[in-house]
Amino acid sequence: MSASVSPKPFRSALEMKRVIYSNLGWVACGLALLLVIFPLLDIVWVIAVNGLSAFSVKLFTTDTTGASSGLRNAIEGTALITIFAMLIAVPIGIGAGIHLSEYGKNKTGSTIRFLSDVLTGTPSIVLGYFSYIIFIISFGWGFSLAAAAITIAILIVPYLARITELALEQVPNTMREAAYALGATDPTVVFKVVLPAAASGVITGALLALAISVGETAPLIYTAGWSNYTWDGRFTHSPVGYLTYVIWTFIDQPDAQSHALAFAAAFLVMLVVLAINIGVRLTVRRTKFV
Amino acid sequence: MKIRPFRLSVFALSLLIPAALCAVVLFLMIYSGQAIMFNGLHFLTDVTWNLGDMYDDPVTVHGVSVPSGAEYGILVFIVGTLVSSGLAILIAVPLSVGAAIFLSEAVPAKIRPVLSMLVELIAVVPSVVFGLWGIAVLVPFIGHHLSPTGNGYGLLAASIVLALMITPIIASTLLDALLQVPKENRESAFALGATHFEVVSKAMMPMVRATLIGGIVLALGRALGETMAVLMVSGGGGNILPTSLFSPISTIASFVAGQLDSAEADPTNMSVRALSEVALVLFLITLAVNAGAKLLASGALNVRKRQS
Repeated sequence: MSASVSPKPFRSALEMKRVIYSNLGWVACGLALLLVIFPLLDIVWVIAVNGLSAFSVKLFTTDTTGASSGLRNAIEGTALITIFAMLIAVPIGIGAGIHLSEYGKNKTGSTIRFLSDVLTGTPSIVLGYFSYIIFIISFGWGFSLAAAAITIAILIVPYLARITELALEQVPNTMREAAYALGATDPTVVFKVVLPAAASGVITGALLALAISVGETAPLIYTAGWSNYTWDGRFTHSPVGYLTYVIWTFIDQPDAQSHALAFAAAFLVMLVVLAINIGVRLTVRRTKFV
Repeated sequence: MKIRPFRLSVFALSLLIPAALCAVVLFLMIYSGQAIMFNGLHFLTDVTWNLGDMYDDPVTVHGVSVPSGAEYGILVFIVGTLVSSGLAILIAVPLSVGAAIFLSEAVPAKIRPVLSMLVELIAVVPSVVFGLWGIAVLVPFIGHHLSPTGNGYGLLAASIVLALMITPIIASTLLDALLQVPKENRESAFALGATHFEVVSKAMMPMVRATLIGGIVLALGRALGETMAVLMVSGGGGNILPTSLFSPISTIASFVAGQLDSAEADPTNMSVRALSEVALVLFLITLAVNAGAKLLASGALNVRKRQS
Protein backbone atom coordinates (compact mmCIF):
# COMPACT_ATOMS: atom_id res chain seq x y z
CA MET A 1 0.00 0.00 0.00
CA SER A 2 3.05 2.21 0.09
CA ALA A 3 2.31 3.65 -3.34
CA SER A 4 -1.01 5.10 -2.29
CA VAL A 5 0.32 6.93 0.77
CA SER A 6 3.62 8.24 -0.63
CA PRO A 7 4.10 11.80 0.57
CA LYS A 8 3.56 14.46 -2.06
CA PRO A 9 3.23 18.17 -1.62
CA PHE A 10 0.39 18.64 -4.07
CA ARG A 11 -2.28 16.31 -5.39
CA SER A 12 -4.57 17.08 -8.27
CA ALA A 13 -8.28 16.45 -7.87
CA LEU A 14 -8.06 13.39 -10.12
CA GLU A 15 -5.20 11.98 -8.10
CA MET A 16 -7.06 12.54 -4.85
CA LYS A 17 -10.02 10.71 -6.30
CA ARG A 18 -7.87 7.75 -7.30
CA VAL A 19 -6.20 7.59 -3.89
CA ILE A 20 -9.57 7.74 -2.14
CA TYR A 21 -11.04 5.04 -4.39
CA SER A 22 -8.01 2.86 -3.77
CA ASN A 23 -8.24 3.22 -0.02
CA LEU A 24 -11.97 2.50 -0.14
CA GLY A 25 -11.16 -0.59 -2.20
CA TRP A 26 -8.71 -1.86 0.42
CA VAL A 27 -11.25 -1.27 3.18
CA ALA A 28 -13.87 -3.21 1.21
CA CYS A 29 -11.47 -6.10 0.62
CA GLY A 30 -10.47 -6.20 4.27
CA LEU A 31 -14.12 -6.21 5.30
CA ALA A 32 -14.77 -9.05 2.85
CA LEU A 33 -12.00 -11.11 4.43
CA LEU A 34 -13.42 -10.43 7.89
CA LEU A 35 -16.90 -11.43 6.71
CA VAL A 36 -15.50 -14.67 5.28
CA ILE A 37 -13.51 -15.65 8.36
CA PHE A 38 -15.90 -14.42 11.05
CA PRO A 39 -18.63 -17.07 10.44
CA LEU A 40 -16.05 -19.86 10.77
CA LEU A 41 -14.88 -18.49 14.10
CA ASP A 42 -18.48 -18.02 15.20
CA ILE A 43 -19.34 -21.60 14.19
CA VAL A 44 -16.40 -22.99 16.15
CA TRP A 45 -17.25 -20.74 19.11
CA VAL A 46 -20.99 -21.52 19.20
CA ILE A 47 -20.43 -25.26 18.80
CA ALA A 48 -17.61 -25.35 21.35
CA VAL A 49 -19.51 -23.38 24.01
CA ASN A 50 -22.79 -25.27 23.60
CA GLY A 51 -21.12 -28.60 23.00
CA LEU A 52 -18.78 -28.39 25.98
CA SER A 53 -21.56 -27.36 28.34
CA ALA A 54 -23.42 -30.53 27.32
CA PHE A 55 -20.40 -32.72 27.96
CA SER A 56 -20.49 -35.38 30.63
CA VAL A 57 -19.30 -38.93 31.19
CA LYS A 58 -22.86 -40.11 30.51
CA LEU A 59 -22.43 -39.00 26.90
CA PHE A 60 -20.03 -41.88 26.32
CA THR A 61 -21.65 -44.50 28.52
CA THR A 62 -25.35 -44.42 27.68
CA ASP A 63 -27.25 -44.90 24.43
CA THR A 64 -29.46 -42.33 22.72
CA THR A 65 -32.74 -43.61 24.04
CA GLY A 66 -34.35 -40.25 24.72
CA ALA A 67 -33.56 -36.59 24.98
CA SER A 68 -31.61 -36.78 28.24
CA SER A 69 -29.25 -39.58 27.41
CA GLY A 70 -25.90 -40.22 25.82
CA LEU A 71 -24.36 -40.74 22.43
CA ARG A 72 -22.62 -44.10 22.87
CA ASN A 73 -24.49 -45.83 20.04
CA ALA A 74 -24.04 -42.88 17.68
CA ILE A 75 -20.31 -42.59 18.38
CA GLU A 76 -19.90 -46.32 17.88
CA GLY A 77 -21.99 -46.23 14.70
CA THR A 78 -19.97 -43.38 13.15
CA ALA A 79 -16.75 -45.18 14.08
CA LEU A 80 -17.95 -48.46 12.54
CA ILE A 81 -19.22 -46.86 9.33
CA THR A 82 -15.96 -44.94 8.96
CA ILE A 83 -13.74 -47.97 9.69
CA PHE A 84 -15.53 -50.29 7.28
CA ALA A 85 -15.78 -47.60 4.61
CA MET A 86 -12.02 -47.03 4.91
CA LEU A 87 -11.37 -50.80 4.80
CA ILE A 88 -13.21 -50.93 1.48
CA ALA A 89 -12.02 -47.64 0.04
CA VAL A 90 -8.31 -47.53 0.94
CA PRO A 91 -7.18 -50.58 -1.07
CA ILE A 92 -9.31 -49.57 -4.06
CA GLY A 93 -8.35 -45.90 -3.89
CA ILE A 94 -4.63 -46.54 -3.50
CA GLY A 95 -4.69 -49.25 -6.19
CA ALA A 96 -6.47 -46.91 -8.57
CA GLY A 97 -4.01 -44.13 -7.67
CA ILE A 98 -1.08 -46.45 -8.43
CA HIS A 99 -2.56 -47.26 -11.83
CA LEU A 100 -3.24 -43.61 -12.67
CA SER A 101 0.20 -42.42 -11.62
CA GLU A 102 2.41 -45.31 -12.79
CA TYR A 103 0.67 -46.77 -15.82
CA GLY A 104 -2.20 -44.40 -16.58
CA LYS A 105 -0.55 -41.67 -18.62
CA ASN A 106 -2.65 -42.46 -21.68
CA LYS A 107 -6.18 -42.07 -23.06
CA THR A 108 -7.68 -44.71 -20.77
CA GLY A 109 -6.04 -43.09 -17.79
CA SER A 110 -7.39 -39.64 -18.54
CA THR A 111 -10.86 -41.08 -19.12
CA ILE A 112 -10.73 -42.73 -15.70
CA ARG A 113 -9.42 -39.48 -14.22
CA PHE A 114 -12.29 -37.51 -15.78
CA LEU A 115 -14.95 -39.99 -14.62
CA SER A 116 -13.40 -40.01 -11.17
CA ASP A 117 -13.79 -36.22 -11.06
CA VAL A 118 -17.42 -36.61 -12.16
CA LEU A 119 -17.99 -39.03 -9.27
CA THR A 120 -16.37 -36.54 -6.87
CA GLY A 121 -18.71 -33.83 -8.12
CA THR A 122 -21.82 -36.00 -7.76
CA PRO A 123 -23.98 -34.74 -4.89
CA SER A 124 -23.70 -37.13 -1.97
CA ILE A 125 -27.48 -37.38 -1.67
CA VAL A 126 -27.58 -38.87 -5.18
CA LEU A 127 -25.10 -41.55 -4.11
CA GLY A 128 -27.17 -42.19 -1.00
CA TYR A 129 -30.34 -42.58 -3.02
CA PHE A 130 -28.56 -44.91 -5.45
CA SER A 131 -27.51 -47.11 -2.54
CA TYR A 132 -31.06 -47.04 -1.22
CA ILE A 133 -32.37 -48.39 -4.53
CA ILE A 134 -29.67 -51.04 -4.80
CA PHE A 135 -28.93 -52.27 -1.30
CA ILE A 136 -32.07 -51.47 0.65
CA ILE A 137 -34.76 -52.15 -1.98
CA SER A 138 -33.25 -54.48 -4.58
CA PHE A 139 -30.93 -56.54 -2.34
CA GLY A 140 -33.36 -56.29 0.57
CA TRP A 141 -30.58 -55.54 3.10
CA GLY A 142 -32.67 -52.99 4.96
CA PHE A 143 -30.96 -50.02 6.59
CA SER A 144 -27.62 -51.45 7.53
CA LEU A 145 -23.94 -50.97 8.27
CA ALA A 146 -22.94 -52.66 5.01
CA ALA A 147 -25.04 -50.32 2.87
CA ALA A 148 -23.77 -47.25 4.76
CA ALA A 149 -20.11 -48.28 4.60
CA ILE A 150 -20.26 -49.08 0.88
CA THR A 151 -21.95 -45.74 0.14
CA ILE A 152 -19.30 -43.79 2.04
CA ALA A 153 -16.63 -45.87 0.32
CA ILE A 154 -18.00 -44.89 -3.11
CA LEU A 155 -17.89 -41.29 -1.94
CA ILE A 156 -14.24 -41.30 -0.81
CA VAL A 157 -12.58 -43.64 -3.32
CA PRO A 158 -12.19 -40.92 -6.00
CA TYR A 159 -10.56 -38.59 -3.43
CA LEU A 160 -8.16 -41.31 -2.34
CA ALA A 161 -7.30 -42.22 -5.93
CA ARG A 162 -6.52 -38.64 -6.98
CA ILE A 163 -4.54 -37.80 -3.84
CA THR A 164 -2.55 -41.03 -4.13
CA GLU A 165 -1.88 -40.23 -7.77
CA LEU A 166 -0.68 -36.71 -6.92
CA ALA A 167 1.54 -38.06 -4.13
CA LEU A 168 3.11 -40.76 -6.30
CA GLU A 169 3.77 -38.29 -9.10
CA GLN A 170 6.03 -36.32 -6.74
CA VAL A 171 8.45 -39.27 -6.60
CA PRO A 172 11.28 -38.60 -9.08
CA ASN A 173 11.46 -40.95 -12.05
CA THR A 174 15.13 -41.64 -11.43
CA MET A 175 14.16 -43.67 -8.35
CA ARG A 176 11.92 -45.91 -10.46
CA GLU A 177 14.59 -46.25 -13.13
CA ALA A 178 17.20 -47.16 -10.54
CA ALA A 179 14.93 -49.85 -9.10
CA TYR A 180 14.08 -51.27 -12.52
CA ALA A 181 17.77 -51.24 -13.44
CA LEU A 182 18.45 -53.43 -10.42
CA GLY A 183 16.01 -55.94 -11.89
CA ALA A 184 13.05 -55.10 -9.64
CA THR A 185 9.60 -56.17 -10.77
CA ASP A 186 6.57 -53.86 -11.00
CA PRO A 187 5.19 -54.67 -7.53
CA THR A 188 8.64 -54.31 -5.96
CA VAL A 189 9.14 -50.89 -7.54
CA VAL A 190 5.74 -49.69 -6.36
CA PHE A 191 5.67 -51.18 -2.88
CA LYS A 192 9.34 -50.92 -1.93
CA VAL A 193 10.35 -47.69 -3.67
CA VAL A 194 7.52 -45.43 -4.85
CA LEU A 195 4.92 -45.93 -2.10
CA PRO A 196 7.38 -45.56 0.81
CA ALA A 197 8.73 -42.37 -0.77
CA ALA A 198 5.22 -40.98 -1.11
CA ALA A 199 3.91 -42.38 2.16
CA SER A 200 3.21 -39.02 3.80
CA GLY A 201 1.07 -37.89 0.88
CA VAL A 202 -0.89 -41.13 0.79
CA ILE A 203 -1.48 -41.05 4.55
CA THR A 204 -2.60 -37.43 4.25
CA GLY A 205 -5.14 -38.49 1.65
CA ALA A 206 -6.42 -41.30 3.84
CA LEU A 207 -6.80 -38.92 6.80
CA LEU A 208 -8.72 -36.36 4.72
CA ALA A 209 -10.98 -39.15 3.47
CA LEU A 210 -11.52 -40.18 7.09
CA ALA A 211 -12.54 -36.62 7.97
CA ILE A 212 -15.00 -36.58 5.08
CA SER A 213 -16.62 -39.84 6.12
CA VAL A 214 -17.01 -38.71 9.74
CA GLY A 215 -18.78 -35.52 8.68
CA GLU A 216 -21.12 -36.92 6.02
CA THR A 217 -24.86 -37.03 6.60
CA ALA A 218 -26.80 -36.99 3.34
CA PRO A 219 -25.65 -40.38 1.98
CA LEU A 220 -26.41 -42.04 5.33
CA ILE A 221 -30.04 -40.92 5.64
CA TYR A 222 -31.10 -43.46 3.04
CA THR A 223 -28.63 -46.19 3.96
CA ALA A 224 -27.82 -46.35 7.66
CA GLY A 225 -31.23 -45.55 9.12
CA TRP A 226 -31.05 -44.99 12.84
CA SER A 227 -30.80 -47.20 15.88
CA ASN A 228 -31.15 -46.45 19.58
CA TYR A 229 -28.87 -49.32 20.45
CA THR A 230 -25.26 -50.25 19.99
CA TRP A 231 -24.26 -52.50 17.10
CA ASP A 232 -25.54 -56.07 17.29
CA GLY A 233 -22.79 -57.44 15.06
CA ARG A 234 -24.89 -57.82 11.92
CA PHE A 235 -23.86 -56.18 8.66
CA THR A 236 -27.31 -56.27 7.08
CA HIS A 237 -30.89 -56.06 8.34
CA SER A 238 -29.82 -53.95 11.28
CA PRO A 239 -29.83 -50.14 11.19
CA VAL A 240 -26.99 -48.22 12.83
CA GLY A 241 -26.94 -44.82 14.52
CA TYR A 242 -24.45 -42.09 13.61
CA LEU A 243 -23.42 -38.75 15.07
CA THR A 244 -24.51 -36.46 12.26
CA TYR A 245 -28.05 -37.89 12.46
CA VAL A 246 -28.25 -36.67 16.04
CA ILE A 247 -27.23 -33.18 14.90
CA TRP A 248 -29.88 -32.67 12.25
CA THR A 249 -32.82 -34.38 13.94
CA PHE A 250 -32.33 -33.44 17.60
CA ILE A 251 -31.97 -29.73 16.86
CA ASP A 252 -35.56 -29.86 15.56
CA GLN A 253 -36.87 -31.16 18.89
CA PRO A 254 -38.44 -28.53 21.14
CA ASP A 255 -36.59 -29.29 24.38
CA ALA A 256 -33.23 -27.90 25.49
CA GLN A 257 -31.81 -31.32 26.38
CA SER A 258 -32.16 -32.52 22.79
CA HIS A 259 -30.45 -29.36 21.59
CA ALA A 260 -27.61 -29.97 24.03
CA LEU A 261 -27.20 -33.47 22.63
CA ALA A 262 -27.15 -32.13 19.06
CA PHE A 263 -24.42 -29.62 19.99
CA ALA A 264 -22.42 -32.28 21.81
CA ALA A 265 -22.55 -34.47 18.70
CA ALA A 266 -21.58 -31.51 16.50
CA PHE A 267 -18.67 -30.76 18.85
CA LEU A 268 -17.35 -34.32 18.54
CA VAL A 269 -17.65 -34.27 14.73
CA MET A 270 -16.00 -30.84 14.46
CA LEU A 271 -13.22 -31.94 16.81
CA VAL A 272 -12.32 -34.90 14.58
CA VAL A 273 -12.68 -33.01 11.30
CA LEU A 274 -10.77 -29.88 12.37
CA ALA A 275 -8.07 -31.84 14.21
CA ILE A 276 -7.35 -33.93 11.11
CA ASN A 277 -7.44 -31.00 8.71
CA ILE A 278 -5.37 -28.63 10.84
CA GLY A 279 -2.89 -31.39 11.64
CA VAL A 280 -2.50 -32.28 7.98
CA ARG A 281 -2.09 -28.65 6.91
CA LEU A 282 0.51 -27.95 9.57
CA THR A 283 2.62 -30.98 8.69
CA VAL A 284 2.24 -30.82 4.91
CA ARG A 285 2.85 -27.18 4.16
CA ARG A 286 0.90 -25.55 1.33
CA THR A 287 0.20 -28.67 -0.66
CA LYS A 288 -3.05 -28.30 -2.55
CA PHE A 289 -4.82 -31.61 -2.82
CA VAL A 290 -8.45 -30.81 -3.45
CA MET B 1 2.26 -59.20 -25.28
CA LYS B 2 3.49 -60.23 -21.86
CA ILE B 3 0.82 -60.46 -19.18
CA ARG B 4 1.67 -58.37 -16.16
CA PRO B 5 -0.56 -59.45 -13.27
CA PHE B 6 0.32 -56.48 -11.06
CA ARG B 7 -0.47 -53.88 -13.69
CA LEU B 8 -3.66 -55.69 -14.57
CA SER B 9 -4.82 -55.83 -10.98
CA VAL B 10 -4.29 -52.11 -10.24
CA PHE B 11 -5.93 -51.37 -13.60
CA ALA B 12 -8.93 -53.44 -12.50
CA LEU B 13 -9.07 -51.53 -9.22
CA SER B 14 -9.03 -48.20 -11.04
CA LEU B 15 -11.83 -49.40 -13.32
CA LEU B 16 -14.04 -49.74 -10.23
CA ILE B 17 -14.40 -45.92 -10.15
CA PRO B 18 -15.96 -45.56 -13.62
CA ALA B 19 -17.91 -48.74 -12.88
CA ALA B 20 -19.41 -47.19 -9.75
CA LEU B 21 -20.32 -44.05 -11.67
CA CYS B 22 -21.92 -46.03 -14.48
CA ALA B 23 -23.81 -48.14 -11.94
CA VAL B 24 -25.18 -44.98 -10.30
CA VAL B 25 -26.42 -43.55 -13.61
CA LEU B 26 -27.68 -46.88 -14.94
CA PHE B 27 -29.64 -47.94 -11.86
CA LEU B 28 -31.13 -44.49 -11.33
CA MET B 29 -32.27 -44.60 -14.97
CA ILE B 30 -33.64 -48.15 -14.81
CA TYR B 31 -35.38 -47.54 -11.53
CA SER B 32 -36.96 -44.28 -12.61
CA GLY B 33 -38.08 -45.74 -15.96
CA GLN B 34 -41.71 -46.21 -14.95
CA ALA B 35 -41.79 -42.79 -13.32
CA ILE B 36 -40.40 -41.19 -16.48
CA MET B 37 -43.15 -42.89 -18.52
CA PHE B 38 -45.84 -41.82 -16.07
CA ASN B 39 -44.63 -38.25 -15.61
CA GLY B 40 -43.52 -37.35 -19.08
CA LEU B 41 -42.31 -33.78 -19.45
CA HIS B 42 -44.79 -32.55 -16.85
CA PHE B 43 -42.23 -33.71 -14.32
CA LEU B 44 -40.08 -30.66 -15.05
CA THR B 45 -42.89 -28.13 -15.51
CA ASP B 46 -45.46 -29.05 -12.84
CA VAL B 47 -45.55 -27.22 -9.55
CA THR B 48 -47.36 -29.86 -7.49
CA TRP B 49 -45.76 -32.86 -5.83
CA ASN B 50 -48.61 -34.96 -4.51
CA LEU B 51 -48.05 -38.52 -3.39
CA GLY B 52 -51.73 -39.35 -3.89
CA ASP B 53 -54.02 -41.31 -1.60
CA MET B 54 -51.94 -44.21 -0.36
CA TYR B 55 -54.90 -45.90 1.38
CA ASP B 56 -57.11 -45.92 -1.71
CA ASP B 57 -56.71 -48.64 -4.34
CA PRO B 58 -53.92 -47.75 -6.77
CA VAL B 59 -55.00 -46.75 -10.25
CA THR B 60 -53.28 -47.78 -13.46
CA VAL B 61 -52.17 -45.02 -15.84
CA HIS B 62 -50.22 -45.78 -19.06
CA GLY B 63 -49.79 -49.32 -17.75
CA VAL B 64 -48.15 -48.05 -14.54
CA SER B 65 -49.69 -48.56 -11.11
CA VAL B 66 -49.78 -45.35 -9.04
CA PRO B 67 -51.65 -44.17 -5.94
CA SER B 68 -54.84 -42.39 -7.01
CA GLY B 69 -54.43 -38.65 -7.40
CA ALA B 70 -50.63 -38.83 -7.42
CA GLU B 71 -48.75 -36.28 -9.45
CA TYR B 72 -45.08 -35.53 -9.45
CA GLY B 73 -43.79 -32.12 -10.49
CA ILE B 74 -40.45 -30.70 -9.43
CA LEU B 75 -40.53 -27.21 -10.92
CA VAL B 76 -40.66 -25.73 -7.42
CA PHE B 77 -37.51 -27.59 -6.42
CA ILE B 78 -35.69 -26.75 -9.63
CA VAL B 79 -36.52 -23.07 -9.11
CA GLY B 80 -35.55 -23.34 -5.42
CA THR B 81 -32.22 -24.89 -6.35
CA LEU B 82 -31.37 -22.37 -9.06
CA VAL B 83 -32.49 -19.31 -7.10
CA SER B 84 -30.77 -20.28 -3.84
CA SER B 85 -27.53 -21.22 -5.62
CA GLY B 86 -27.69 -18.08 -7.76
CA LEU B 87 -28.15 -15.86 -4.72
CA ALA B 88 -25.36 -17.74 -2.95
CA ILE B 89 -23.05 -16.99 -5.88
CA LEU B 90 -24.09 -13.30 -5.83
CA ILE B 91 -23.20 -13.11 -2.13
CA ALA B 92 -20.07 -15.26 -2.31
CA VAL B 93 -18.32 -13.77 -5.34
CA PRO B 94 -17.71 -10.22 -4.00
CA LEU B 95 -16.76 -11.60 -0.57
CA SER B 96 -14.32 -14.17 -1.88
CA VAL B 97 -12.81 -11.83 -4.47
CA GLY B 98 -12.25 -9.20 -1.77
CA ALA B 99 -10.85 -11.75 0.64
CA ALA B 100 -8.50 -13.22 -1.96
CA ILE B 101 -7.21 -9.79 -3.02
CA PHE B 102 -6.63 -8.79 0.59
CA LEU B 103 -4.87 -12.07 1.36
CA SER B 104 -2.61 -11.92 -1.66
CA GLU B 105 -1.69 -8.22 -1.54
CA ALA B 106 -2.34 -6.56 1.79
CA VAL B 107 -1.52 -9.26 4.31
CA PRO B 108 2.14 -9.72 5.33
CA ALA B 109 3.55 -12.93 3.88
CA LYS B 110 4.19 -14.19 7.40
CA ILE B 111 0.58 -14.37 8.52
CA ARG B 112 -0.86 -15.17 5.10
CA PRO B 113 -0.58 -18.98 5.59
CA VAL B 114 -2.55 -18.75 8.84
CA LEU B 115 -5.36 -16.69 7.32
CA SER B 116 -5.54 -18.70 4.11
CA MET B 117 -5.65 -21.88 6.20
CA LEU B 118 -8.63 -20.43 8.07
CA VAL B 119 -10.36 -19.75 4.75
CA GLU B 120 -9.62 -23.28 3.53
CA LEU B 121 -10.88 -24.76 6.79
CA ILE B 122 -14.34 -23.36 6.07
CA ALA B 123 -14.52 -25.84 3.20
CA VAL B 124 -14.04 -28.85 5.47
CA VAL B 125 -16.72 -27.96 8.03
CA PRO B 126 -19.41 -30.62 7.55
CA SER B 127 -22.61 -29.45 5.89
CA VAL B 128 -24.71 -30.53 8.86
CA VAL B 129 -22.65 -28.32 11.20
CA PHE B 130 -23.33 -25.34 8.94
CA GLY B 131 -26.99 -26.25 9.21
CA LEU B 132 -26.79 -26.40 13.00
CA TRP B 133 -25.12 -22.98 13.10
CA GLY B 134 -27.76 -21.72 10.71
CA ILE B 135 -30.55 -22.84 13.04
CA ALA B 136 -28.80 -21.60 16.19
CA VAL B 137 -27.47 -18.24 14.96
CA LEU B 138 -28.49 -17.21 11.46
CA VAL B 139 -32.19 -18.10 11.43
CA PRO B 140 -32.99 -16.27 14.71
CA PHE B 141 -31.02 -13.26 13.43
CA ILE B 142 -32.96 -13.11 10.16
CA GLY B 143 -36.20 -13.70 12.03
CA HIS B 144 -35.61 -10.83 14.46
CA HIS B 145 -34.03 -8.23 12.24
CA LEU B 146 -34.92 -8.81 8.62
CA SER B 147 -37.96 -10.97 8.03
CA PRO B 148 -41.33 -9.16 8.06
CA THR B 149 -43.04 -12.33 9.29
CA GLY B 150 -40.53 -13.03 12.07
CA ASN B 151 -39.73 -16.40 10.53
CA GLY B 152 -36.07 -16.75 9.65
CA TYR B 153 -36.25 -20.07 7.79
CA GLY B 154 -36.35 -19.68 4.03
CA LEU B 155 -34.60 -18.65 0.85
CA LEU B 156 -32.35 -16.00 2.40
CA ALA B 157 -31.06 -18.26 5.18
CA ALA B 158 -30.38 -21.05 2.68
CA SER B 159 -28.56 -18.71 0.31
CA ILE B 160 -26.38 -17.22 3.04
CA VAL B 161 -25.38 -20.64 4.38
CA LEU B 162 -24.65 -21.83 0.83
CA ALA B 163 -22.62 -18.68 0.19
CA LEU B 164 -20.49 -19.33 3.29
CA MET B 165 -19.87 -22.89 2.19
CA ILE B 166 -18.70 -22.01 -1.32
CA THR B 167 -16.67 -18.89 -0.45
CA PRO B 168 -13.46 -20.86 0.29
CA ILE B 169 -13.66 -22.62 -3.09
CA ILE B 170 -13.69 -19.33 -5.01
CA ALA B 171 -11.31 -17.54 -2.65
CA SER B 172 -8.58 -20.17 -2.60
CA THR B 173 -8.75 -20.69 -6.38
CA LEU B 174 -8.39 -16.95 -6.92
CA LEU B 175 -5.68 -16.56 -4.26
CA ASP B 176 -3.52 -19.19 -5.95
CA ALA B 177 -4.00 -17.49 -9.31
CA LEU B 178 -3.18 -14.02 -7.93
CA LEU B 179 0.01 -15.30 -6.28
CA GLN B 180 1.13 -16.64 -9.66
CA VAL B 181 0.75 -13.39 -11.59
CA PRO B 182 4.25 -12.59 -12.95
CA LYS B 183 6.18 -9.89 -11.11
CA GLU B 184 6.79 -8.00 -14.36
CA ASN B 185 3.09 -7.29 -14.85
CA ARG B 186 2.74 -5.86 -11.37
CA GLU B 187 5.87 -3.81 -11.64
CA SER B 188 5.00 -2.31 -15.00
CA ALA B 189 1.65 -1.20 -13.64
CA PHE B 190 3.36 0.39 -10.62
CA ALA B 191 5.84 2.08 -12.93
CA LEU B 192 2.98 3.70 -14.81
CA GLY B 193 1.97 5.40 -11.57
CA ALA B 194 -0.95 3.20 -10.64
CA THR B 195 -1.89 3.01 -6.99
CA HIS B 196 -1.48 -0.41 -5.40
CA PHE B 197 -5.22 -1.05 -5.59
CA GLU B 198 -5.28 -0.06 -9.24
CA VAL B 199 -2.45 -2.50 -9.89
CA VAL B 200 -4.58 -5.27 -8.43
CA SER B 201 -7.91 -4.30 -9.94
CA LYS B 202 -6.76 -3.16 -13.38
CA ALA B 203 -3.59 -5.15 -14.07
CA MET B 204 -3.87 -8.36 -12.09
CA MET B 205 -7.58 -9.17 -12.00
CA PRO B 206 -7.99 -9.24 -15.81
CA MET B 207 -5.16 -11.80 -15.97
CA VAL B 208 -6.88 -14.22 -13.59
CA ARG B 209 -10.39 -13.76 -14.94
CA ALA B 210 -10.58 -17.22 -16.55
CA THR B 211 -9.47 -18.93 -13.33
CA LEU B 212 -11.97 -16.89 -11.36
CA ILE B 213 -14.84 -17.92 -13.63
CA GLY B 214 -13.75 -21.55 -13.42
CA GLY B 215 -13.74 -21.33 -9.63
CA ILE B 216 -17.20 -19.74 -9.60
CA VAL B 217 -18.65 -22.49 -11.78
CA LEU B 218 -17.02 -25.13 -9.57
CA ALA B 219 -18.58 -23.45 -6.54
CA LEU B 220 -21.93 -23.38 -8.30
CA GLY B 221 -21.70 -27.14 -8.82
CA ARG B 222 -21.09 -27.59 -5.12
CA ALA B 223 -23.97 -25.29 -4.14
CA LEU B 224 -26.45 -27.05 -6.42
CA GLY B 225 -25.85 -30.41 -4.79
CA GLU B 226 -25.59 -29.21 -1.20
CA THR B 227 -28.08 -31.07 0.95
CA MET B 228 -28.01 -30.98 4.72
CA ALA B 229 -27.43 -27.32 5.46
CA VAL B 230 -30.19 -26.32 3.03
CA LEU B 231 -32.55 -28.96 4.38
CA MET B 232 -32.08 -27.57 7.89
CA VAL B 233 -32.55 -23.84 7.24
CA SER B 234 -34.69 -23.57 4.10
CA GLY B 235 -38.06 -24.06 5.76
CA GLY B 236 -38.88 -27.03 3.54
CA GLY B 237 -41.24 -25.29 1.14
CA GLY B 238 -43.12 -27.24 -1.49
CA ASN B 239 -45.91 -26.97 -4.05
CA ILE B 240 -45.64 -23.19 -4.22
CA LEU B 241 -43.06 -21.09 -6.00
CA PRO B 242 -41.00 -18.76 -3.77
CA THR B 243 -42.18 -15.16 -3.89
CA SER B 244 -39.79 -13.36 -1.58
CA LEU B 245 -36.42 -13.70 0.12
CA PHE B 246 -38.19 -15.14 3.13
CA SER B 247 -40.33 -17.75 1.35
CA PRO B 248 -39.74 -21.31 2.45
CA ILE B 249 -38.01 -23.26 -0.32
CA SER B 250 -36.68 -26.71 -1.04
CA THR B 251 -33.82 -27.53 -3.34
CA ILE B 252 -33.77 -30.75 -5.34
CA ALA B 253 -31.16 -32.24 -3.02
CA SER B 254 -32.84 -31.21 0.23
CA PHE B 255 -36.20 -32.43 -1.06
CA VAL B 256 -34.82 -35.91 -1.79
CA ALA B 257 -33.23 -36.05 1.65
CA GLY B 258 -36.46 -35.06 3.37
CA GLN B 259 -38.72 -37.54 1.59
CA LEU B 260 -37.61 -40.81 3.16
CA ASP B 261 -40.71 -41.48 5.25
CA SER B 262 -43.25 -40.77 2.52
CA ALA B 263 -41.28 -42.81 0.02
CA GLU B 264 -41.39 -45.82 2.32
CA ALA B 265 -45.14 -45.48 2.89
CA ASP B 266 -46.11 -45.80 -0.78
CA PRO B 267 -47.42 -49.35 -1.52
CA THR B 268 -46.97 -48.96 -5.30
CA ASN B 269 -43.35 -47.83 -4.89
CA MET B 270 -44.09 -45.06 -7.37
CA SER B 271 -42.84 -42.27 -5.12
CA VAL B 272 -39.51 -44.08 -4.73
CA ARG B 273 -39.30 -44.27 -8.52
CA ALA B 274 -40.23 -40.61 -8.89
CA LEU B 275 -37.58 -39.65 -6.32
CA SER B 276 -35.08 -41.67 -8.32
CA GLU B 277 -36.00 -39.51 -11.32
CA VAL B 278 -35.45 -36.43 -9.15
CA ALA B 279 -32.00 -37.72 -8.17
CA LEU B 280 -31.24 -38.34 -11.84
CA VAL B 281 -32.19 -34.76 -12.74
CA LEU B 282 -29.94 -33.45 -9.95
CA PHE B 283 -27.10 -35.64 -11.20
CA LEU B 284 -27.47 -34.33 -14.74
CA ILE B 285 -27.54 -30.69 -13.61
CA THR B 286 -24.39 -31.01 -11.48
CA LEU B 287 -22.70 -33.03 -14.22
CA ALA B 288 -23.33 -30.26 -16.74
CA VAL B 289 -22.04 -27.56 -14.36
CA ASN B 290 -18.95 -29.52 -13.31
CA ALA B 291 -18.10 -30.38 -16.90
CA GLY B 292 -18.39 -26.66 -17.68
CA ALA B 293 -16.03 -25.86 -14.80
CA LYS B 294 -13.56 -28.44 -16.08
CA LEU B 295 -13.63 -26.98 -19.59
CA LEU B 296 -13.03 -23.50 -18.21
CA ALA B 297 -10.27 -24.69 -15.89
CA SER B 298 -8.44 -26.58 -18.63
CA GLY B 299 -8.53 -23.39 -20.65
CA ALA B 300 -10.21 -25.09 -23.61
CA LEU B 301 -12.35 -22.02 -24.12
CA ASN B 302 -9.62 -19.39 -24.07
CA VAL B 303 -6.88 -21.10 -26.05
CA ARG B 304 -7.48 -18.73 -28.94
CA LYS B 305 -7.10 -15.68 -26.75
CA ARG B 306 -3.78 -16.85 -25.38
CA GLN B 307 -2.29 -17.58 -28.76
CA SER B 308 -3.17 -14.23 -30.29
